[in-house]
Amino acid sequence: MTDSSFRPTADAVHKKKFSFDWRRDIIYVGFVAVVVVFAIILRDQGFVSTTSLMNILRQTAIVTVIAVGMTYVIAAAEIDLSVGSVAGLASVVTAMTISTFGLVPGIIAGLLVGAAVGAINGALVAFVKIPSFLVTLAMMGIAFGIAQWTTASAPQPILDMTFNNAFGGGNIGPIPVLIFWMLIAVVIGSVVLKKMRFGRQVLATGANKVAAEYSGIATRWIQFRVMLICSIGAALAGMLYAGRLQSGRFQWGQGDEMNAIAAVILGGTALSGGRGSVVGTFFGALLMATINYGLILGGLDTSQQQIIRGLIIVLAVALARQK
Amino acid sequence: MSSSVEGGVGRAVGSAPPPVTPAVRMTGICKSFNTVSVLDDVDFEVLPGEVHALAGGNGAGKSTLMKILQGVYGKDAGSIEIDGTPVNFASIHDAKAAGIGMVFQEFSLVSTLTVAQNVFLNAEPRRGGLIDDKQMIDRATALFERMQTPVPADLPLSSMSTAYWQLTEIAKALNEDARVLIMDEPTASLARHEAKALFELIGRLKQEGISIIYISHRMEEVYEIADRITILRNGKRLLTKPLASISAAQIVEGIVGKAVEVAGPAIAASGDGEIILQTQALSTVGGLHEVDLTLRAGQVVGLAGLMGSGRSELARALYGIDKITGGTVLVDGKPVSITSPAQALEHGICLIPEDRRQQGLILDHSVTANLALPHLDDVLSGPFVDDKAVTSLVRRLIETFGIKVADPSAPTKLLSGGNQQKIVIAKWISRQPRVLIMDEPTAGVDIGTKAEIIATVRSFAEKGMAVLVISSEYSELLAMSDRLLLMRDFTIAREIDRSAVSDEKSLELEVQGVAA
Repeated sequence: MTDSSFRPTADAVHKKKFSFDWRRDIIYVGFVAVVVVFAIILRDQGFVSTTSLMNILRQTAIVTVIAVGMTYVIAAAEIDLSVGSVAGLASVVTAMTISTFGLVPGIIAGLLVGAAVGAINGALVAFVKIPSFLVTLAMMGIAFGIAQWTTASAPQPILDMTFNNAFGGGNIGPIPVLIFWMLIAVVIGSVVLKKMRFGRQVLATGANKVAAEYSGIATRWIQFRVMLICSIGAALAGMLYAGRLQSGRFQWGQGDEMNAIAAVILGGTALSGGRGSVVGTFFGALLMATINYGLILGGLDTSQQQIIRGLIIVLAVALARQK
Repeated sequence: MSSSVEGGVGRAVGSAPPPVTPAVRMTGICKSFNTVSVLDDVDFEVLPGEVHALAGGNGAGKSTLMKILQGVYGKDAGSIEIDGTPVNFASIHDAKAAGIGMVFQEFSLVSTLTVAQNVFLNAEPRRGGLIDDKQMIDRATALFERMQTPVPADLPLSSMSTAYWQLTEIAKALNEDARVLIMDEPTASLARHEAKALFELIGRLKQEGISIIYISHRMEEVYEIADRITILRNGKRLLTKPLASISAAQIVEGIVGKAVEVAGPAIAASGDGEIILQTQALSTVGGLHEVDLTLRAGQVVGLAGLMGSGRSELARALYGIDKITGGTVLVDGKPVSITSPAQALEHGICLIPEDRRQQGLILDHSVTANLALPHLDDVLSGPFVDDKAVTSLVRRLIETFGIKVADPSAPTKLLSGGNQQKIVIAKWISRQPRVLIMDEPTAGVDIGTKAEIIATVRSFAEKGMAVLVISSEYSELLAMSDRLLLMRDFTIAREIDRSAVSDEKSLELEVQGVAA
């Protein structure tokens, strides 16, 4: 049924390879703006330096690992509030398993914590059809409680220096190993979301579940898998806390769910699902860490940092809404 | 039917001026959208206590006329009088205040609230600043007593069937002192005995002097309850007549126009291709029962039937959306279990869904993303989606299906309805399914696109695809189908002799089940 009056030219199909999308790209503009402002204001405090860069990257690494998984969850129009608690639980399980059974069982046990929690979250959301907000709100308390109870609130030291070096504490050359973990998560997360079938299916499910289902996508399994992935990412983050701080502790990761969600939203992923970018999330996390670092360098205390960070998040999201 | 009407109504028609003041009189109504004229000098009046049927095909202007009466749209020209007083509605509130009530096709109720809470929504009786629940329930109960339809007013709506929803809607309108009720296909979701109860209620409302504007495609009903009928065609009023003086055939002709022969497919009913899909005594949660259907390669089967006859439910069942509760589905003679669209696709069954905005497309995503979605398996290189393959696939589809799009990376919501529908069709048909089910494939598309879509479907059928078409447009069914099946009451009633129906009118009469 070709219409003779109209034929799309190759030009038409190919044009607009690059275009600026305000909502998607505001994060990069914001990031550059914040860096420039701090570079000017804080030039005497040494904001522009390799040390600063490393500090910022290291501080943002663990939250970024969580936020990559969160990007999938939010892009699929779900939410996961349990990630912080899962990180804490994974850190104590890893620590306790390492001290009893050794390194490899410890790593496996930590990841299994993530897989188990993720499978429960996913099954409840996808098949029992309980809203993910409620499922993960409940799981946030349950995982936290289990971690605190099994350790009787005591930190679980990790004496295995191989673990501590590999997960968070060590360096490769001049670069902290944490940064490598973060980059691995960002690269894999970005490629899968952008370049693999699964990523497209996640976005389709998040944008219009009915149309995705009619298109032959098993949308419930997509929901299940994003919850699973996010929890495993959170468990890995918990192990990074454990390695960096040479102990497992139920408080590790507490509150990270909010930072991860903020990073995802700042990065241009729609809270209503259907659009998302892992690289955007990375810069969202980076922006928050940069602001934190700059404010510390500028001599503001924690309470003031919180206020300013809140204001910047609102501002960024409001700007992204502008046409 | 008109025996129950006051004598005055019967005499009101004809050349003599009516002795009673009409409840609604719309004169010379004109309306256009973006220079497209939708209503052109339309006169319409309803007498007190009259049931006035409003009929016309798709795009005839019925819903626009009613939306003007409800204050949703302004009119470009003409005047409206309510009980003899000229009015100018600026909003729905104005129309409501003047006594115009609407029983919505999609019910405008809140399912989590009780019946009484819905009736009094935003008009709750109060005592000392607080909502007086007891008074609310009492008054709602009194309303239902007046309607002689007992409804438990203190139960949440979600626990009740659609018939009660409708009664709640009517009670809500009566509570707002509506003098004129607009009912749009009110029986579409009702069982037969519920529809009968509704007609009795309409009779009682007439006695109270309440006027009813009744929109329905069901001829039997119109004859059963309406006093007069007004037929619109192409935005103009064609006629207003008492039903006693017009035959069903005249009404059908008035709606669809002069009998025009519609050329059937060139290879009509020639195909005795192999049977691809067959159902035996199929029943589903959607309400289907005892459906026997046979689809053959190279054949287009058209499903005719009224709204709510179960046509979409059949499509949904075959595509694995509605759960099958009995009977069998056979593909290539072998029984299969289809419980999800993914499984249907594995068996080569595709559905082009009815609602392209909700079911067919992801409007916020690009044309490219939408077209590629069912083809992701075909554009992989290793584990990755190959963007070059996607681009060439999309370009091929855009050319083959004549989709007019300047930039495939733009969101699909920016395209016209016709182009969106082409994308939905391209998305599926390019998978080369063995069985293609189409539910209202040309709804809301322009006439040129319609012809293109029909030609595309025919050409794919000739290549050996089995096609099932659901359409409310008879010309389209006739132009596409090798065989025609009639659905009624959630089952296939019979096959319509394809050689006996040559025009829209004869098909409409077959569907209505009334003699010419």
